[in-house]
Amino acid sequence: MAGEENIREPLVVVDGLQKLYPLTGSLFKKSSAFIHAVDGINFSIMDGESLALVGESGSGKTTTGKLLVRLTDPTNGSIRMRINGYEKDIARLRGGELKGFRRHVQMIFQDPYESLNPRRTIFDTIAEPLVVQGIGDLAEREQLVAHYLDLVGLSPPETFMWRFPHELSGGQRQRVAIARALVVVPTFVVADEPTSMLDVSIRTGIMHLMQDLAEQMGVTYLYITHDLAVARYMSNDLAVMYLGKIVEMTNTEEILNKPLHPYTKALISAVPVPDPTFKRTIPDIKGSIAKPINPLPRCRFYDRCPIAAKICQENDHPPLEDKGSNHLAACYLV
Amino acid sequence: MTEIDNVLQVEDLTMHYTTRAGEVSAVNNVTFYLERGQSMGLVGESGCGKTSIAFSLFKLLPDNAHIKTGKVFLNGQDLVPLKEDEMRKVRWRHISMVFQAAMNSLNPVYKVGDQIIEPMENHGLVETNQAAREHVAELFNLVGLDPKLMDQYPHEYSGGMRQRAVIAMALACNPDLIIADEPTTALDVIVQDSLLREMIELQKKLNMSMIYISHDIAVIAEVTERIGVMYAGRLAEFGSAEEIFKHPLHPYTYGLMSAFPSIIGPKRELTTLPGEPPDLISPPPGCRFHPRCPFATEICSEQDPEFRDMGTDHFAACWHPVEAR
Repeated sequence: MAGEENIREPLVVVDGLQKLYPLTGSLFKKSSAFIHAVDGINFSIMDGESLALVGESGSGKTTTGKLLVRLTDPTNGSIRMRINGYEKDIARLRGGELKGFRRHVQMIFQDPYESLNPRRTIFDTIAEPLVVQGIGDLAEREQLVAHYLDLVGLSPPETFMWRFPHELSGGQRQRVAIARALVVVPTFVVADEPTSMLDVSIRTGIMHLMQDLAEQMGVTYLYITHDLAVARYMSNDLAVMYLGKIVEMTNTEEILNKPLHPYTKALISAVPVPDPTFKRTIPDIKGSIAKPINPLPRCRFYDRCPIAAKICQENDHPPLEDKGSNHLAACYLV
Repeated sequence: MTEIDNVLQVEDLTMHYTTRAGEVSAVNNVTFYLERGQSMGLVGESGCGKTSIAFSLFKLLPDNAHIKTGKVFLNGQDLVPLKEDEMRKVRWRHISMVFQAAMNSLNPVYKVGDQIIEPMENHGLVETNQAAREHVAELFNLVGLDPKLMDQYPHEYSGGMRQRAVIAMALACNPDLIIADEPTTALDVIVQDSLLREMIELQKKLNMSMIYISHDIAVIAEVTERIGVMYAGRLAEFGSAEEIFKHPLHPYTYGLMSAFPSIIGPKRELTTLPGEPPDLISPPPGCRFHPRCPFATEICSEQDPEFRDMGTDHFAACWHPVEAR
């Protein structure tokens, strides 16, 4: 869907997005401690491009993904999404409007062994979103499902349609999950670690498939991964998350070549390299990731930062700002 | 001829599982050796038999698993014919294992320190509880844990700490060989990095002989001196890490490397291996890789290639090794 002027517009604009989970509290006692899973993040994704969200477990990347497809409700902030040419804040949609919105966004989950209902045939699984959205009659759905099975490389479709998930391999199941996500022709797809359970020889095939289909169908991806090497191949832009905050964001190659934030630097130097003669530098980082429970008003990375200074402790978490040529980082010292 | 001191020598090991669907040929004619003080990586995808080899060496096999043929010499003693009570004298004392799921290999209701003392007591290596605790403290220091933590329970440990405790347990009786089965797979990259460094250092410091199992060729490249590449129950290739990365001989090894993304160097095109690994109940005839191999010819589907030294201590089982083409 390239525009006539060839100027790309943002498809998703996230502003001040926050999700707090109450930690204690009960029916009669109000909670005073919160996990700041996602704590005021801003980003946008251009139409037809992809953003990868990377970070360790507990950094808030999956919560962000769930917020964008509204599998969970945000505490604060807005998510403006361009659907059918109209921009709309989808952060507070309810009822019928929310159901209509679901036609345009889909999610692909990490574990293809758990995300497919074992008692449903592959046809039922892929046709389900069509049934929910009331698209087509049975014959049309069968045609559509066959078409999408073909598209994700499960052909001939007739041999797969009436099987059950346990009869398929992990890679084939993930292909089914991709077909189910794409069958409603969504504009935006959140893929949460879609290849991390798959073996290397299978993984590349799934990565290529997702890229090809994104191009063919004009789908915009948010790609969630803990693996920087996979992110390098799947996304134009990269956002690094740490304890609910985006600490660095720009073009993927730029981040990998010239990381600015000390956390990104540590993360990159911790990735094993498939070359026995290559000597990595030791990641410069202290301790291990904490839980973002009622975080102190200072830089979230303060405790582990190798270059932390007074300013980082005395001020609130630094804003994510442009450090030159659209390379954003949240650090007082770079 | 110079005397080579092999801590482990595996010859023609074949192991099957009996299932309702049929015999699963999980490990097939596997031969390799490990010199004392060396580290070796076993790399391959799920179901390729790398963990089955580990459990065959450790002889901790489920009831439906049978070692069909082959010999496993540990310090010159064949472990295959040993009865369970004899094996118990060898296990943990001479060969020990670090399991993938650290949480599952620690008993949640016992203090971590006591669990590490147990194998030492079983093998009569410690006289008094005091001596045992001192040894645990040493081990904790060695693996980078605070000795004060030995009186805590596993749930009080983080994932990385648990994995360190399990490594301490494997080291407790000063074994001749340690098998580490995906010890860092469940960990985040920064924790993984520090644990990998720890293991490399320990291996060097203690001159430890180690088999490191992983699906991740990058991890294997960093940790081990030698590499064995497994495919569908067979050892496809075996040699020094540098040799294998520089001159992979088996098309599977080659394919695996070209499919593996790296963050270093220019962004090269990742290639895809077509198809999927075979069902080991009825593996393909001839070379088990031939249905996926871009270089397969007629002979590949008819005859199983011999696993042989192709020069410079670099073994492969292939009719058309990559270099020769």
